[in-house]
Amino acid sequence: MFDGLRNFITKIKPNFVEGGKFAWLQSTFEAFETFAFTPNTVTHRGSHVRDAVDMKRAMITVVIALLPALLFGMWNVGYQTSLTAEWWPYEQGSAASWWYCLWFGFLRMLPLIVVSYLVGLGIEFMFAQIRHHEVNEGYLVTGLIIPMIVPVTTPLWQLALAVAFAVVLGKEVFGGSGMNFLNPALVARAFLFFSYPTHMSGDSVWIAADLWGSDAIAGATPLGELAAGSMPTASALDMLIGTIPGSTCETSVIAILLGALVLLVSGIASWRIMLSVVLGGGLMGLLFNCIGANAYMQVPFYYHYLLGGFMFGAVFMATDPVTSAQTNVGKWIYGLLIGAFAVLLRVLNPAYPEGMMLSILLMNSFAPLIDHCVVARNIGRRAKRAARKEVA
Amino acid sequence: MKKLDLIKLPFNKQNPITVQVLGVCSCLAVTAQLKPAVVMALSVTVVVALANLIISLLRKTIPPRIRIIVQLVVVSMLVVLVDQVLKAYMYDVSKQLSVFVGLIITNCIVMGRLEAFAMSNPPLPSLLDGIGNGLGYSVVLVTLGFVRELLGSGTLWGYPVMEKIGLFKIGYENNGLMIMPPMALILVGIIIWIHRTRNKDLQEQ
Repeated sequence: MFDGLRNFITKIKPNFVEGGKFAWLQSTFEAFETFAFTPNTVTHRGSHVRDAVDMKRAMITVVIALLPALLFGMWNVGYQTSLTAEWWPYEQGSAASWWYCLWFGFLRMLPLIVVSYLVGLGIEFMFAQIRHHEVNEGYLVTGLIIPMIVPVTTPLWQLALAVAFAVVLGKEVFGGSGMNFLNPALVARAFLFFSYPTHMSGDSVWIAADLWGSDAIAGATPLGELAAGSMPTASALDMLIGTIPGSTCETSVIAILLGALVLLVSGIASWRIMLSVVLGGGLMGLLFNCIGANAYMQVPFYYHYLLGGFMFGAVFMATDPVTSAQTNVGKWIYGLLIGAFAVLLRVLNPAYPEGMMLSILLMNSFAPLIDHCVVARNIGRRAKRAARKEVA
Repeated sequence: MKKLDLIKLPFNKQNPITVQVLGVCSCLAVTAQLKPAVVMALSVTVVVALANLIISLLRKTIPPRIRIIVQLVVVSMLVVLVDQVLKAYMYDVSKQLSVFVGLIITNCIVMGRLEAFAMSNPPLPSLLDGIGNGLGYSVVLVTLGFVRELLGSGTLWGYPVMEKIGLFKIGYENNGLMIMPPMALILVGIIIWIHRTRNKDLQEQ
């Protein structure tokens, strides 16, 4: 079967190279060919380091790491609806209801994922074609993350617009994958947040009312309850497992930690960043505990890990290798500040119930500066050391 | 340089906003709606044109060491005049523009044209240069005002366009980001992007 596909691709290839009938589809062809088979082009000059982990493998690993959160998110979309909707066909707590939760969530999430991939990949292919670049794999992850961090009732046209905005202005303007300084998935979310605030925050966007349409049932997130000045009604255990309203796939800390395990074992994401984000958030939380001026400041510091998108951001978004700091010391500074700013924004600014998005975007734009300072300091230290040796 | 070029160039290869990147502050602040954008554009055009003319007439008598002060005095006088006219005849718009009319004094386009052109050219070309640059600024401002009001508030010059064509009934919503200043900056960026794609000689290496 694979031989047949290989032969077919080899047969039609001449049409797509320079001078062929479909030369203008070069990048698209190249993308599908390398998607199906390992490229057989060989470099001829210079020395090269070969590694089994290429872009495709790294991206697929991240997608695998996202799966637990994705599956749990789908189930939770159904579960939240089953708790409140009167039309729910199965008895609460029965096995049939459990499976129907997953199925319902799957059907609700599917359009979001399809739209995200269609629009995003469409634009990526277009730009690659115009610039005669290869189509890059980066969007595989971004396109999955975007539907995972929006409310389930987000209208599809708004999502499409946000994806287009994020891919064009968050990424392609700067030269495509690897050149962007902001996390494209967060740019999409920020666009939605500022453009259509009524669909992105408040009490009545988190739980889908029925299978079709964008109607929602009212239900506050723990984060929303805290911003309103009261303690969350959900217990810490619920928040740890994730059976609370929230953006589709950000609620379950356990599922996200499973993903984190995959990322850490495979070495795709930096443990320094994950750890420092968690430390930064915890320290800021403790500091607020010491002040304790209102209900939000008195929340136990570890609640911040369980609430909203803190863990999802720490594991999947802050660690984006393109937009994070590159030096090891820089990663610590970058992570600590993300965690600290996220908690700071949550507690002090009621207009933005979730600080994680803005905090990561802010530090994304500071990451190059942090790296610059770390490198400059290192150069200065070594120069001093060399000068000392010469004197001695 | 031909006289016509003085008016034509600022529209394209010498545009004060998209090429020289001057006067960006006001262009982010007043373009959330079309009406204030147009009024602001006209005010700046009048001020640049007249200031250029006056400074050009005075250019041989101005001692070089205090020329900036002289320029500022002339510009301030014109701005105060414009401000008073707006307050008298378009009070609501004048309130919307608030400090930004007064801030025309510090608009880099005005000072830039005075320093770079009016101080060393005869009156007629200076007047044309002022009009050209004012209009070049206006084109960008009006474009921004048009796009931002249409997509951000769904209106044009206060007229509810989007509602009249029935877009809200099929689920359309106004884009809140459009009326925030950052989006104006992004839109200016997009205009610059398109402009440089069409004029390859403007691209920096």
